[in-house]
Amino acid sequence: MNILWDIQKKRRCISRDDMTKISKAFNISRIELEGVISFYHFYHLKHAGKYTIYLNNSIISKYKDFYRVKKAFEKEIGIKTGHVTKDGLFGLFETSCIGLSDQETSALINFNAFTNLTPEKVKTLISKLRQGESLESLSNFPENNIQYTPEENKTVFFKPYHQGNALKKIIGIEPDSVIDLIKASKLSGRGGAFFPTGLKWQFCRDNKSDQKYIICNADEGEPGTFKDRVLMNEHPGLLIEGMTIAGYAVGATEGTIYLRAEYFYLKNKLEKTIKKFLEKGLLGKNILGIEGFDFNLNIHMGAGAYVCGEETALIASMEGKRGEPTTKEFFPVEKGYLGKPTVVNNVETLCAAARILEMGLDNYLAIGTKATPGTKLMSVSGDCNKPGIYEIEWGMKLKYFLDLIEAKDPHFILFNGFSGECLSSQDFDREISGENLLAEHIQFQLNDPIEYARKMSAVGLRSGGAFMIFDKTRDLLPILKNITDFFVAESCGICVPCRTGNFLLNKKLHKIKLCHADKNDLEEIKEWCSIIKQSSRCGLGKTSTNCLLTAMLKFPEEFNKCLLAESDINQAFNLEKAVDNYDKIINEIETTYE
Amino acid sequence: MNNLVNIKIDGNKYQVEAGKNLVDAAKENGIYIPTLCHFHNQDHALGTCRICTVIVNGKTTTSCTTKVNEGIEVEINTPELIDTRKAIIEMLFAEGNHFCPSCEKSGNCDLQNLAYDMGITVTRFPHVYSNKVVDFNSDRMIMESNRCILCMRCVEEVKTDEGKNIFSFVKRGINTRVQIDYEEEKKLTQSEAMHAMNLCPVGAILVKGMVYKEPFGDRKYDLVGKEKEAARKENFVKKGANNKFIVATTSLAGCFGCHMSLLDIDTDIVDVLEIVEFNKSPLTDIKKFSKRCDVGLIEGGCANSENIEVLKEFRKKCDILIAFGECAIMGGIPAMRNFVPLKECLEEAYINGLTSEIGANIIPNHEDIPKLLNNVYPCNEIVKIDYYIPGCPPDANHIWKVVKNILLNEEYSITHEEFKYD
Repeated sequence: MNILWDIQKKRRCISRDDMTKISKAFNISRIELEGVISFYHFYHLKHAGKYTIYLNNSIISKYKDFYRVKKAFEKEIGIKTGHVTKDGLFGLFETSCIGLSDQETSALINFNAFTNLTPEKVKTLISKLRQGESLESLSNFPENNIQYTPEENKTVFFKPYHQGNALKKIIGIEPDSVIDLIKASKLSGRGGAFFPTGLKWQFCRDNKSDQKYIICNADEGEPGTFKDRVLMNEHPGLLIEGMTIAGYAVGATEGTIYLRAEYFYLKNKLEKTIKKFLEKGLLGKNILGIEGFDFNLNIHMGAGAYVCGEETALIASMEGKRGEPTTKEFFPVEKGYLGKPTVVNNVETLCAAARILEMGLDNYLAIGTKATPGTKLMSVSGDCNKPGIYEIEWGMKLKYFLDLIEAKDPHFILFNGFSGECLSSQDFDREISGENLLAEHIQFQLNDPIEYARKMSAVGLRSGGAFMIFDKTRDLLPILKNITDFFVAESCGICVPCRTGNFLLNKKLHKIKLCHADKNDLEEIKEWCSIIKQSSRCGLGKTSTNCLLTAMLKFPEEFNKCLLAESDINQAFNLEKAVDNYDKIINEIETTYE
Repeated sequence: MNNLVNIKIDGNKYQVEAGKNLVDAAKENGIYIPTLCHFHNQDHALGTCRICTVIVNGKTTTSCTTKVNEGIEVEINTPELIDTRKAIIEMLFAEGNHFCPSCEKSGNCDLQNLAYDMGITVTRFPHVYSNKVVDFNSDRMIMESNRCILCMRCVEEVKTDEGKNIFSFVKRGINTRVQIDYEEEKKLTQSEAMHAMNLCPVGAILVKGMVYKEPFGDRKYDLVGKEKEAARKENFVKKGANNKFIVATTSLAGCFGCHMSLLDIDTDIVDVLEIVEFNKSPLTDIKKFSKRCDVGLIEGGCANSENIEVLKEFRKKCDILIAFGECAIMGGIPAMRNFVPLKECLEEAYINGLTSEIGANIIPNHEDIPKLLNNVYPCNEIVKIDYYIPGCPPDANHIWKVVKNILLNEEYSITHEEFKYD
């Protein structure tokens, strides 16, 4: 994949000739290679322009200034989205969330970030690029926007970092004890799946092999999440130490950071940090003088596929294949990267592991709740005064959190991103923690709002970190439509429930949006959602309908108001809007006539 | 072989060999789990088709990827699971473009078999109308993507001696397709090519000239829709004061062709008039509704603000609204202007057109003239439409039959010839 990146960057596309050459070199058939290339949306088979512009089309962006910015881009460079200018200078494309939700509307141009865009900014930007100014000088490096951390002794992540402090703690401790420590800390996968980290390490350690791998999952693709971006930018060293500790614990000597392509601008910093570590003897051979403790790190770039955040898909992608999730016949800890036992952990998990060693187990357990000690990073975006990153102690009540982010008039919340759930005011008294969780299949089978309120009030809200908030002025349906748009684009296509099911749901939502639907359509949506949920191959499909289901449960009125049966007249049709072109034309003509 | 474990399937206990996959283990005990991507003598499970979805220890998973071990409890035939499996097959039919009568594999097709087996006559999902190609470019093979169900069998199984893939998935999501590598395909022996064709559970991979070598299987046709009844409105028959039904008609953005067709029943019109009284209609030249109507017939879509007004008026005054003719149903000919900006349309009509006077520079507009809409809309985008009568124009007898059926609350009985327009 790195070769493909080199070609894409240099020539702006991967041509047929290149494909033939590469496939010969790697001894695979050309069609297999084409399959790989066409899977990732940042690889282009046609020229993508000297400046390739990717504009973020996720819902947060759309509610900021997306449409005007898009129009401005189209006007300035004179092409429609999805095309390349004739001179090959600009290519304009849309992409899903690029991890800058707190600084929308944002775009990537040749993977340099441009945040808080306005039509005016676009105009000057394009003209400056035409004049030949360098992209790097024009781009603005994304801000961290760390809005809140608890008091110093209760902070885990965003406090001063000293190189090597965490790593040095392993001197004199056996790997088994490190695993026991992580187990005791109840640390679990912070990407959102919450698999106990200690257990994962244990499994990997127990699988004997000549080679094992540690992979850091920095493919932060969940729309609305950007905590890993900030964490890697703020404390890249902490991540490296976390990975090294994991390597020590399970007996792995190779580590890889799988960085999503949207975060290309972080690559340099990570590489520099790795170099510093090598110089200090904190990476490489006999680390810290411990005989036989070797650990090397490299960075692998993703190429734009949400599903690669799923660990088996991520490994397939690293192996240079299509990023399709496997059947889970074997877990990565048994047969992972290149068939060897592999641990895949999220950035936040690995950083937390490093901090746990650094601060000591007792200090860590004193923070947060019983089931989920420690703190959690939340990526906040949408309708509030202070979007950005929040480090909060587990156990905070949702309504306090809403005060903290200064959300005015919160109406609904997308909790956990697009594959998470939809929260309404009846959830505001719940706390953000992993306490009293219900099994998922029970949670999503509740059909009655009252029963839901009764059963769920004491249940904690466990979060991977995305927190998108919308106030009363926002319509729910466009948000849900955006979510299904996203899953249609990002489904890997291997199993039919997810591939076609989401496509059909998308059509259905469109129908509701146009006010063509009736009650039967809502029933069908519910039925189809559960079919998709039951039979999809991986987590992407299984969770893709969560938001829709919870939204239907909590906001039935939003759906009902669009139903046909409620009224004989289609409410979505607006006569004034439908004749505005005519009015405009007549106006124009009259003024020229006069 | 002696390593036996105890498992429970749908409440019954069985002893099976440890480590076997659930599909085979169940089969040995006479229990059938439907599969599509899974095939005999397979090294590792593909898990792509999801048809063998079962519940193992309370969690849904596919049985082809499940290895049996001691004490697992499996549910196979719960009503919900049966329905889920059926739904997946239906989804495959909605997704691809499957025309069994013209398919070489018909009668020998796993997808078709399963559909018959599950009693599928129609899919619950709307058709996807995906744009798929038939690839004849390869020297020996045809890749018929319309039929492909993306089971991945060929991708995993068919390789050259060097281990290179001949088939591969390309693109992703709803656009995922299987494609052939032409160069590599040439390296296959004839028997390997035949193996690829036979491996395909549907008729997507065909070897040119060889498809009819194997005789067709038995085709069974079933009678569809016999028990199905069209939705009827209950208690809808109300008669006017003089014991007649009241009907209103109008032509919006249409050519009046449908109205012409209305009159095309010759003397039968007398019969019609016996049970029907016309209110607002071009036929009577009554401009305004004078009473509430039972049925409103709408010809034409909506192209201007007056159309909208009239249509809404009809909805308010009529109990049942019927859109008749293609323009009312889908915009028809007037909707062709939706592909051209309104400004160009107006300029062509009033300024630049061949018939306009030289120097013309006015587009007619006045507060009394209706405003043109940006787009032409079918009626159902504006109001709720109860029934549709397609055709351009629909046949006169057909129209009156439908109206009569509705008014008299009779069962619909329209013969095929009556709505076949070619």
